Amino acid sequence: MSDTASTVQTAPKVETKSDKKSEYRLEMSGVVKTFPGVRALDGAQLKLRPGTVHALMGENGAGKSTLMKCMFGIYKMDEGEIFYEGEKVDIQNPMDALNRGIAMVHQELQPIPARSIGENIYLGRYPLKKLGLISTIDHAKMYENTKALLEKVHMNFNPRQKVGTLSTSQMQLVEIAKAVSADCKVLILDEPTSSLTANEVDALFRIVEELKAQGVSIVYISHKMDEILRISDEVTIMRDGKYIGTWESKDLTTDSIITKMVGRELTNLYPPRSNTLGEVVLEVKDFTSIHPRSFRNCSFNLRKGEILGVGGLVGAQRTELMEGIFGLRAHTSGTVTYKGQEIKITRPQDAIRKSIALLTEDRRATGILGVLSVADNISVASLDKYVDAGIVLNDKKIENLVQENKEKMAIKTPSSKTAIRSLSGGNQQKVLIARWLANDPDVLILDEPTRGIDVGAKYEIYCIIADLAKQGKSIIMISSEMGELIGMSDRIMVMCDGRVTGFVDGKEATQENIMAYATQFE
Amino acid sequence: METTKSKFSAKSIKSFLGNNAIIILLVIISIGVGIARPAFFSWDNFVNLMKNTSIRYIIALGISGCLITTGNDLSAGRTVGFAACIAAILLQRGDYASRFYPNLPELPLFVVLLIVVAVCAVIGLANGLVVSYLKVQPFIATLGMQTIVYGICLVYTGAVPIGGLRSDFTNLATGGLFGGQFSYIFLFAIVVCAFMWFLYNKTRHGKYMYAIGGNEVAAEVAGVNVPKTKIKIYMLASSLFAVAGFLMAAKSGGASVNTAQGYELDAIAACTIGGVSTTGGIGKVSGIFVGVLVFELLKIAMQFMGIETSYTYIVQGLVIIVAVAMDIRKYLAKK
Repeated sequence: MSDTASTVQTAPKVETKSDKKSEYRLEMSGVVKTFPGVRALDGAQLKLRPGTVHALMGENGAGKSTLMKCMFGIYKMDEGEIFYEGEKVDIQNPMDALNRGIAMVHQELQPIPARSIGENIYLGRYPLKKLGLISTIDHAKMYENTKALLEKVHMNFNPRQKVGTLSTSQMQLVEIAKAVSADCKVLILDEPTSSLTANEVDALFRIVEELKAQGVSIVYISHKMDEILRISDEVTIMRDGKYIGTWESKDLTTDSIITKMVGRELTNLYPPRSNTLGEVVLEVKDFTSIHPRSFRNCSFNLRKGEILGVGGLVGAQRTELMEGIFGLRAHTSGTVTYKGQEIKITRPQDAIRKSIALLTEDRRATGILGVLSVADNISVASLDKYVDAGIVLNDKKIENLVQENKEKMAIKTPSSKTAIRSLSGGNQQKVLIARWLANDPDVLILDEPTRGIDVGAKYEIYCIIADLAKQGKSIIMISSEMGELIGMSDRIMVMCDGRVTGFVDGKEATQENIMAYATQFE
Repeated sequence: METTKSKFSAKSIKSFLGNNAIIILLVIISIGVGIARPAFFSWDNFVNLMKNTSIRYIIALGISGCLITTGNDLSAGRTVGFAACIAAILLQRGDYASRFYPNLPELPLFVVLLIVVAVCAVIGLANGLVVSYLKVQPFIATLGMQTIVYGICLVYTGAVPIGGLRSDFTNLATGGLFGGQFSYIFLFAIVVCAFMWFLYNKTRHGKYMYAIGGNEVAAEVAGVNVPKTKIKIYMLASSLFAVAGFLMAAKSGGASVNTAQGYELDAIAACTIGGVSTTGGIGKVSGIFVGVLVFELLKIAMQFMGIETSYTYIVQGLVIIVAVAMDIRKYLAKK
């Protein structure tokens, strides 16, 4: 079917052009984008009608943001084409996209806090005036224009106010004002409501409705089902970089969306599990962050020999919760009970002393000591064990530790003196796991333990994890890969928007029931 | 097979030259100057060079810990000067006319050394606390401390130069073991060097220091007590500046508020020439020695060649830039 479609498209281009003009403002089809080792987009497509809100949905890593970055000129497509207002276009870069009337409000806002609203909006395209021979910035005109733009989004702010003094939602509105200032015809909103309160969402939706009435096509990326069903006219669903389909919103329900989003084939192999669960080792009650939008009232327990998977969408605050328990982030209330005793953890050392270990999510930023050797990296958390006479480090003991782990975990490194940054991701990860195991912890928190690791090394790491559980260690594994969660966990805790929304037994876990909990927004 | 082998050896020669460029430069300079001015190879000149190098080495070792943890200590020079002033004041001759403390009893040398170290350690403690807990960037924190220490030194000495030092004190510089051939200053430098090598390579403190320099957040996650380690580093640095100041007073037979002014910059330059990475986590006690030696050798070589002092600054500056540029190339190539 798709084959015939593409052959038809290539031949009579001129005719299809005029056809499309009547129906679609922008049309992306057959988009392929690969990154080293990953096929992020594989035949993705999106068709936008003028004056509509088009929701783009999919799980973590489905390729939504990648597709939008292709549309906005941040990434270059490997294959595929874009028709914009009936013409085939090649969008070179974001500036090109903006000039054509395509604007994007990013998920992660990137304002310059110390500069004014006006300067942020007109950054890089300041209105100029001639002052003799030299051009200078026309501040009066810039602030005048800004005021008019802010009124469009119902913001009555002084355009000279510093962006840093605004709330997140107000910054978002500034970003939308900026998009509108480019006289956009297509506006991409990437998870615009993830940090907004209910009232702010209502305000945003009013603006979206107004823009829609002006004929703007809006691409709306969100995980919040009720919002999607409320604001959008059409929904396109993606999975694993592929186009699944486009439906009219009125024909969809939360359940039908979830069913279409998941349903990925789980092909990865997982080692058999033969662990037996013991008594409760760790109990967390009402754990709440100091930040109102982060983790709150989280309670769970962990048993000896258990692998507790932690699922949820990006932004569910899973990492934050675990880093809070480990003492890397502050909490206001809640208790952690370890082997029947309440413990106070305010910094990582406290957690380590209680035999808790944390393998962080971002290996490069918070895991490896890049320029240091494999030996230094393995031993850094357990140096107290290799000291002679109270002060001298015994290099032989450290070397033994390295050799032992090198063998046990099949770490591929030329020598123990090799700088860790020259190893592959999988081997770096094994070194980091070895670092923690040297401390003989009872509880291991593994945050995305297989992220950025190739398939073979992934399986090895699964085996290590399964083996640790068998030895009676308790494991908390945060993962954004459904297959991994279902394949490895005895039990899965699902989080959404800072709260624990449910537990699923490992044997009964399906992509559907996990996703249902993961999208339980308040 | 044959070709790959020869290619490999050519490559390894190239990398050897690249990695040891500074030492090779050192040898070339020495030989060149030695041929032009034979007195350059005299024993006296060697002793003089080593005395200068020894004191500078102690300062550079102090500052190296700060640099390895991506910090800095700009108060180094002023702390050395302050220490020199205190040591000189406490070790004036009893019969000297303008004694600072006319009634001060004759204190043993090691007691004065301990006093000087203790006073300077407090300066380091303040630096460490400000860096660790107030989270002020080390560059700024120690820049402030530089001015504070200078002010304290001015207030304390009244800006009067201090002379009339006891002969047993100046003997530290003029005398030595083996009939005075092996200066006591070398002995100090060797002891400090051995201590620092041990500390950097054989203790937890050293490993934690490199870990913080390698990746501060990761070190914290791994349970390293980052504030405590940093405070120790800054205190140790200041203590070594105290030792250097003590020796400088002995060597120059006096001290003033301007003693050792700007020495921190020479020390930082020597460290970077010696392979201490400005991005942290890398730096060896042996490399720092080479760095200091290059610097001092260069100065003396230019003196011997009769180059005007004003020009030597230009050359020194160029050497710093070239040395660091070459050093960085090693890491750039690995990317």
